[in-house]
Amino acid sequence: MTATVEENTEAKPGAVPTFEVTLRIERYNPEVDDAPHFEDYRVTVHGTDRVLDALHQIKWDQDGSLSFRRSCAHGVCGSDAMRINGKNRLACKTLVKDVNPGKPITVEPIKGLPVEKDLIVDMEPFFQAYRDVMPFLVTTGNEPTRERLQSQEDRERFDDTTKCILCAACTTSCPVFWNDGQYFGPQAIVGAHRFIFDSRDDGAAQRLEILNDKEGVWRCRTTFNCTDACPRGIQVTKAIQEVKRALLTNKF
Amino acid sequence: MQTHKYDVVIVGAGGAGMRAALESSTRVRTAVLTKLYPTRSHTGAAQGGMCAALANVEEDNWEWHTFDTVKGGDYLVDQDAAEVMCREAIDAVIDLEKMGLPFNRTPEGKIDQRRFGGHTRNHGEAAVRRSCFAADRTGHMILQTLYQNCIKQGVEFYNEFYVLDLLLTDGPDGVQRTSGVVAYELATGEIHIFQAKSVVFATGGTGKVFKTTSNAHTLTGDGMGVVFRRGLPLEDMEFFQFHPTGLAGLGILLSEAARGEGGILRNADGERFMERYAPTIKDLAPRDIVARSMANEVREGRGAGPNKDYVLLDLTHLEPAHIDAKLPDITEFARTYLGVEPYTEPVPVYPTAHYAMGGVPTNVEAEVLRNNTDVVPGLYAAGEVACVSVHGSNRLGTNSLLDINVFGRRAGIAAAEYAATADWVDLPEAPEALVVGMVESIRSRSTGERVADLRRELQETMDRNVQVFRTEASMKEALGVIDELKERYANVVVQDKGKRYNTDLLEAVELGFLIELAEVITLGALARKESRGGHFREDYEARDDVNFMRHTMAYRAPVTEVDNGPRFADEVRLDYKPVTVTRYQPMERKY
Repeated sequence: MTATVEENTEAKPGAVPTFEVTLRIERYNPEVDDAPHFEDYRVTVHGTDRVLDALHQIKWDQDGSLSFRRSCAHGVCGSDAMRINGKNRLACKTLVKDVNPGKPITVEPIKGLPVEKDLIVDMEPFFQAYRDVMPFLVTTGNEPTRERLQSQEDRERFDDTTKCILCAACTTSCPVFWNDGQYFGPQAIVGAHRFIFDSRDDGAAQRLEILNDKEGVWRCRTTFNCTDACPRGIQVTKAIQEVKRALLTNKF
Repeated sequence: MQTHKYDVVIVGAGGAGMRAALESSTRVRTAVLTKLYPTRSHTGAAQGGMCAALANVEEDNWEWHTFDTVKGGDYLVDQDAAEVMCREAIDAVIDLEKMGLPFNRTPEGKIDQRRFGGHTRNHGEAAVRRSCFAADRTGHMILQTLYQNCIKQGVEFYNEFYVLDLLLTDGPDGVQRTSGVVAYELATGEIHIFQAKSVVFATGGTGKVFKTTSNAHTLTGDGMGVVFRRGLPLEDMEFFQFHPTGLAGLGILLSEAARGEGGILRNADGERFMERYAPTIKDLAPRDIVARSMANEVREGRGAGPNKDYVLLDLTHLEPAHIDAKLPDITEFARTYLGVEPYTEPVPVYPTAHYAMGGVPTNVEAEVLRNNTDVVPGLYAAGEVACVSVHGSNRLGTNSLLDINVFGRRAGIAAAEYAATADWVDLPEAPEALVVGMVESIRSRSTGERVADLRRELQETMDRNVQVFRTEASMKEALGVIDELKERYANVVVQDKGKRYNTDLLEAVELGFLIELAEVITLGALARKESRGGHFREDYEARDDVNFMRHTMAYRAPVTEVDNGPRFADEVRLDYKPVTVTRYQPMERKY
């Protein structure tokens, strides 16, 4: 099937054209299905519609049983990471017009985590890896009465990794993680990086010890899938390299 | 069905819920129930900052902050509560910094501060730098920091547990006491009873009653609805904030920080029109005034775009480096969703439904009120679900992030201290009955109307009739539609009949709350024959302190049954509660 861009002749100048598109969605409900299978849905979308809008159209007007997670719908809550045309993206941050709508758009659950139903996966192993790297400020000594001081340069040092929204797009794009579910994965390393390089923190040695594990940073093969997948534009591979370097040089 | 027992159960894991959990879980056995995962909560979408009179960059004090909050709320604020919030704001920010929140810094390394709408020095003289921030992702940082500290402290979460009922048990003295909540586990469809001495509601707002909204799909007023169905009041529901700068046509929020950093609103002629409406602080007037001014520009034909239906947020005079440092996310939203480059092009914006000033009435200890004076023992609420009232008829920007931290903390402490000494209250008979009836009647229905069709009609009538401009005629039209939707809701059908992750069923349940809350909002607005803050009546344009400087309290007898939709024994009844005035007598509100 092909999408046809229909120029609405009555549209006012500047109005956004609508077009038809096919979504090929992986469906799986263990209550009734033996195995995952693909189903096609045809929807009419606007030029500004996101893949999430198309999924909602299907759920609301065609098949209410289609199941996926979503909340904020503008890329800050991290609920709707999925594989769209084979790449991990947030459905709410991906415009339909940008993912080659001339052909059916494939939508699958993110890889490497157990599928619970349709596009919903079990996030627990992912969050467990995050919790395991001590993703919180560790301090020693007496607390000041006011705020701790931190220079603008020191604040900037770890800015990139503070942007993480725990959507799992990076971890579930990583071939090492697909093959070895024990690997902490890129997100947990990003979560550790955010504190290792925070000048206020005293827990870096413990965190680095955790990541020095055989399932830690050394499993990374610098494929850069994680960096490509991150919807927040975090330099994930770079962050992992910085953690590796910190382990080698003991400087952070 | 499973039964659990905790001293304190917190419902909701956004900023207020997790801030409460950090206090409660160190004192007594605590569980946090959320229909999402904690980090998905909408606190994370807040952008601009959290005000506190730290005076890090210029002279400031919490009394000025209190005055701004009271005036910003058009004098419907309970001033004792505003004093508590603005005084405790300073510690609330310092606490977050100590928990690890990465605030932007001044050259001296202190927490940096910037200007924000309605926040002024010395009672309105000029804009003041009071908002503590982390770029334009302050809410994200607050949510992450609180979650990180919950991990550190080992807080117990029940993720994707949707609380659908509050359990109250009649005491020997005739007073109802809190005995727990009933939750629906999304993964399995199983019903769980949580017996608790204290329950804290921190479930957020109800923006999805409107079509154009900055709110998440999941903000469907569940907490307000659950409490209301149990016969407890809702306060000031007619006051809804429309944030001026939603991305046109989409409603996605662009922070007021854009204007705090120097952004300017312009009409189709390029005119900086806020100079006409608020000559002193212009684009940094409170949100109700800016939103109304924008809507008025469009109504009078000065809107931009092919349909002249939006105005423009101009950042083109700001340095790209400054935009990248202070407003990275919102400028990316403009690029991603509208294909507009804010360095060089103005961004199309229009008001978007943003925040419920009203909610479950509480006192400053976050205890829930069952009438104007008496509390429900063991029941607490904090954050957007609650109405303390620190926001009155219009919340100032940044005061919501402040509210969740100050009153979330207070709710956690109060709930834990109550639970530490109170006796267990027996569960009522068949505690699951209401929830089972509600869920099964929807699931088992084989024919009927689609959830999405009803929801669209509701949201469209609310946008058309109960938005920035309201009249008696428009609201009566909305009530007509709502009445019809109530009947049709009794016949709503879902296609998914399964137990596992049945989000179809979840949306049907949410719609029930939305319809009931839309009715309360509209009835309150219809009865309030004046204009105040976020509530603007074209047929009553002036504020009327003689008749309406009072809080609306909406009541309804408890739900009697839920088969074929919730059935109430009576209609919504409106009553009023006096406003607490401590130091500021009402004045004309000019900026």
